[in-house]
Amino acid sequence: MDTVFTPWQSLGGGILIGAASIFLMATLGRIMGATGILAGLLSPSSSADFGWRAAILLGMVSGPVVVMLTSGQMPEIQVPVSTTMLAIGGFIVGIGVTFGSGCTSGHGVCGMARLSPRSIAATVTFMVMTGITVYIVRHVLGA
Amino acid sequence: MRLIASYISGLIFGIGISISGMANPAKVLNFFDIAGTWDPSLIFVMGGALIVTFIGYRFVLRRPAPTFEASFKLPTRSDLDLPLIGGSALFGIGWGIAGFCPGGALPALGTGRSEVIIFTVALLAGIFAAKALQRLSASRAKAA
Repeated sequence: MDTVFTPWQSLGGGILIGAASIFLMATLGRIMGATGILAGLLSPSSSADFGWRAAILLGMVSGPVVVMLTSGQMPEIQVPVSTTMLAIGGFIVGIGVTFGSGCTSGHGVCGMARLSPRSIAATVTFMVMTGITVYIVRHVLGA
Repeated sequence: MRLIASYISGLIFGIGISISGMANPAKVLNFFDIAGTWDPSLIFVMGGALIVTFIGYRFVLRRPAPTFEASFKLPTRSDLDLPLIGGSALFGIGWGIAGFCPGGALPALGTGRSEVIIFTVALLAGIFAAKALQRLSASRAKAA
């Protein structure tokens, strides 16, 4: 499935992701990591701990709605894989980010920005593995 | 105020993810498909987010404490171990199969699309399974 090259939109989106990470660090002193926020929501240490995580999640989910209200259309979501692949992939991602203590937002943006050796190693590892997996799925298995 | 600040940072993040293309599996998978229908857009997402965060953190972390908390909650570990590398490798495999990552999928829940819900339920199942495994190995280590 072909997609259109969108350097400006993607750059703008990236800048907003960075701005959100800075804002969360400046106000609550926390890393903007989807994995950590979600995992903590499932087993919060207190009701105050649950509160800020739930508020962030609510904010995240409001994102596409605000985009729709301002631009008139929902952000594009094209899914070129089967339901089975979504479910298997999702389960593997869940195991991976729990053991790896983070994902693209926590390690790839916040951790890399702090020059954390763990985050740099994690990011290089998952980027390479994602590339290899996509190559195998598309060009070896031909899915 | 804490909750409002949290909500705003989540909202900015969600808008950023939405317009960047990170919530679109076709775009994510094409970024990695250099040998096929390559779409380099996502390098601009990562680049933009990293440069802004790198500079912004320098200023923010120079302050003694965040606005609404007593201290910054930063990970302090710097050692590389098997769970970190193995877990990240697994994450990459799953991301390459499904095309969604957690940071892309959570905001995308706002679109109400069934594919996002399926991925997120599977993601939660994986997190629960991994946490159960971690508890099991921790209790074994204690017993031994």
